[in-house]
Amino acid sequence: MSKPTDLTIADMTAALAKGAISAVELTEAHLAAMETHRGLNAYITETPARAREMAKASDARRKSGAVGPLEGVPLAIKDLFCTEGVLTTAASHILDGFKPTYESTVSSRLWQAGAVMLGKTNLDEFAMGSSNMTSHYGPVENPWKRRGDNRKLVPGGSSGGSASAVAARIAPGATGTDTGGSIRQPAAFCGLVGMKPTYGRCSRWGIIAFASSLDQAGPITRTVKDSALMLQAMAGHDPKDSTSAPLAVPDFVAACSRSIKGLKIGIPAEYRVDGMAPEIQALWDKGIAMIRDAGAEPVEISLPHTKYALPTYYIVAPAECSSNLARYDGVRFGLRVPGKDLIEMYENTRGAGFGKETRRRILIGTYVLSAGYYDAYYKKAQQVRALIARDFTDAFKKCDAILTPTAPSAAFAMGEKMDDPVTMYLNDVFTVPSSLAGLPGISVPGGLGADGLPLGLQVIGRAYDEETVFAVGAALEKSAGLSLQPEGY
Amino acid sequence: MALIKGETGDWEMVIGLEVHAQVSSQAKLFSGAPTEFGADPNTQVSLVDAAMPGMLPVINAYCVEQAVRTGLGLKAQINLHSVFDRKNYFYADLPAGYQISQYKQPVVGEGVVVLDMKDADSREVGIERLHLEQDAGKSLHDQHPTQTYIDLNRAGVALMEIVSKPDMRNADEAAAYLTKLRSILRYLGTCDGNMEEGSMRCDVNVSVRKPGGELGTRCEIKNVNSIRFVKQAIEYEARRQIEVIEGGGKIVQQTRLFDSHKGETRSMRSKEEAHDYRYFPDPDLLPLVLAQDFVDGIKATLPELPDDKKARFVKDYGISVYDAGVMVAERETAEFFENVAKGRDPKLAVNWVMGDFFAMLNRRGLAIGDSPIKANQLGQLIDLIKDGTISGRIAKDLFIMMEESGKDPAVLVEEKGLKQVTDTGAIEAAVDQIIAANPDKVEQYRAKPTMLGWFVGQVMKSTGGKANPASVNELLKKKLDG
Repeated sequence: MSKPTDLTIADMTAALAKGAISAVELTEAHLAAMETHRGLNAYITETPARAREMAKASDARRKSGAVGPLEGVPLAIKDLFCTEGVLTTAASHILDGFKPTYESTVSSRLWQAGAVMLGKTNLDEFAMGSSNMTSHYGPVENPWKRRGDNRKLVPGGSSGGSASAVAARIAPGATGTDTGGSIRQPAAFCGLVGMKPTYGRCSRWGIIAFASSLDQAGPITRTVKDSALMLQAMAGHDPKDSTSAPLAVPDFVAACSRSIKGLKIGIPAEYRVDGMAPEIQALWDKGIAMIRDAGAEPVEISLPHTKYALPTYYIVAPAECSSNLARYDGVRFGLRVPGKDLIEMYENTRGAGFGKETRRRILIGTYVLSAGYYDAYYKKAQQVRALIARDFTDAFKKCDAILTPTAPSAAFAMGEKMDDPVTMYLNDVFTVPSSLAGLPGISVPGGLGADGLPLGLQVIGRAYDEETVFAVGAALEKSAGLSLQPEGY
Repeated sequence: MALIKGETGDWEMVIGLEVHAQVSSQAKLFSGAPTEFGADPNTQVSLVDAAMPGMLPVINAYCVEQAVRTGLGLKAQINLHSVFDRKNYFYADLPAGYQISQYKQPVVGEGVVVLDMKDADSREVGIERLHLEQDAGKSLHDQHPTQTYIDLNRAGVALMEIVSKPDMRNADEAAAYLTKLRSILRYLGTCDGNMEEGSMRCDVNVSVRKPGGELGTRCEIKNVNSIRFVKQAIEYEARRQIEVIEGGGKIVQQTRLFDSHKGETRSMRSKEEAHDYRYFPDPDLLPLVLAQDFVDGIKATLPELPDDKKARFVKDYGISVYDAGVMVAERETAEFFENVAKGRDPKLAVNWVMGDFFAMLNRRGLAIGDSPIKANQLGQLIDLIKDGTISGRIAKDLFIMMEESGKDPAVLVEEKGLKQVTDTGAIEAAVDQIIAANPDKVEQYRAKPTMLGWFVGQVMKSTGGKANPASVNELLKKKLDG
């Protein structure tokens, strides 16, 4: 048998079922690897004591015959999910010492399915970023390196800690959250599968909010099947979240082995952006060929409002964030920096507690909602958002899924693209449109770029049709036949 | 129309009210925390109310039902599609940094309230809108020398903000509007209307103008917590504005507060200092979509409201419009009255309820539901008067005995021997005795026949009030004149 940390989630459940390994052994192997690779800074908080306790309980459950679908599988949780009694930071100074008295719906569903918590993974502060450079707890390193180049690369963001951990084999799977690409882009950068389900598929209850109309939880894993296994446990209606859909959760794992023969796969003309890296164009062409090989039919489609997606996103998301982050005021929890009166205490606390990118977005959001600017910015953005959603509705009359690259480049080095925030925002150019439309999207490794870095292909589906997304994703995965493992892990 | 005399002539007030009425509901608008008044600080706070990270609001369907019920009671348009917005501002007792309210699309649109004025001319005041919103917590500034304490029990409690049109022209109309609105809310059971406990609060918008002239600049007086204070605040504010204008000044649009100790309004903040609330639709909540069936279902269960009841009382019982207005002001009073009046002389019933009965409640400081005399007992008392068992005078004494003992009047009449004497023989004996004992008064009577009243009084006294007054009168006249 291969190293326990190399096992996929599906392998683990099989090995555990056979009795080839125990949950405690699996967990110990991961805890040891976490220690070895602490230099990646993938975890903000490791929870070895809880992990051992949960693994022991899992083994006991298995003995008694009560086995959940993820029984004994150790997982990492993005530190945006509130976890009962465990430090929850959103990678922000302002949440110093915050230990929730409650567990997010998504994580508690994973524990109910038998999973074991390894720890809380690093992220961009309040999930705002595409490089994991904005974390108060320091940047996360991507375990991948460019060929012949020892510079440290970013894992992408905002779920950078989760992606780094899964790629480095210090977790077989991790939760992420995606607002404009925060699951899919880091998955692409780290050679992983990242699934953002339909907005409303997973409960947002207990997830620290960035932009409420866009935030969605999803898994980051090494295989499409693992992604389906994890999402199966995470998804489902939650009466505590008014925006979660009261729909039954389909069998995602079964969907992974569906044939895609005869499916029409849309190729949006507008995604051929100016100055697209040749390796990205080549990857996309390869993806189209793989789809065709699997019996599906690529069709040209048009998503005419694509070019407005990024500006729209950077109005809507900051607007919501400016309001969502108002609760971090030093009054009830987290950091408080005293002042001579209430206003000064607010200013001191928020000034010290929020990092630069978070402050920037709060300011943008406050501006676009303010009297006299609301109509020109926020209202206009909502109107454009509706047009973008309509683009997809129209496109899905002609196709069953859409294939695009996930990101306009491979992982970049720490320090690159850091001078101008707009350059950084461009990372999300391919992921943001489907986020604005609330549609499911998966990033699957499609190949390696010129530097030997993994590149991701994105499959976008109709609302609540994750099954087709998984089916196409699995076909791509099979066709690509990659075995991605960063050197040294 | 009540005008105010200024140095440059008459002025007219233009008044609009925004009433915050706490929805009668066990739980808060977006959380399951209880809403009971008077609990220890921070004991009725859920994670949602405290705006803990990751918490989400879920609308309380009962509060929506209550808002719709209120809208129907105000004969208002019910909007089947409405939207919750966030009103953003920082304050220590507003945990999320925003209040969830309804800004552009309220659940209830235009309606009307009919005022019951003493001069019997009823006036209508338009309702602009009613929307649902959350209450904030409470800042306690007087518990510590340098710090402020926060109590979040109220945070998230459901309020209906009921906005009137600027249709009122004097303080009495504003008072009548509040009284009537409270009465309607209580009939509907959607708000207890208790201003002392803060479950009904009022923001008053006042401006002045030359009669019929262009509207003046208004000032808003925040959070006035009794009808009496609303009247005082309006009168003070109108006078202040007239003085400013007549002194050559201009009214600055501002928010003011009412100091009930000094009886004056003071500036809180001007328009320039006003918050920019950055309203936008709350992305945590879906639009509130109601089915017409849901609205119709509530409509079908609406109680008879004060205006309809009043019209029915005038028509069915033949009592005056004013008396009917008093009888229907509170649902419990109206019920009590109907139980007394049913099958009896309604005018006698009104007189007893408004007279001795109300006086007794006032004297004892009791709500009608706690009265020691029940409606059926007061009815029995009236029956005893009507059938001649007791006299009107005895009835008053009997009422006091009922009040003290809680016993049925018939039982008390039996126990105390209060039965009216109609036996002419017994009365005649008493009459004869009085006449014989007072020859000087008999002389006086001959000169001045109105002296008869003295003799009646004496006979009544000697019979312990039980003699039938008519018989006494008749016999006395016969004996004295004969």
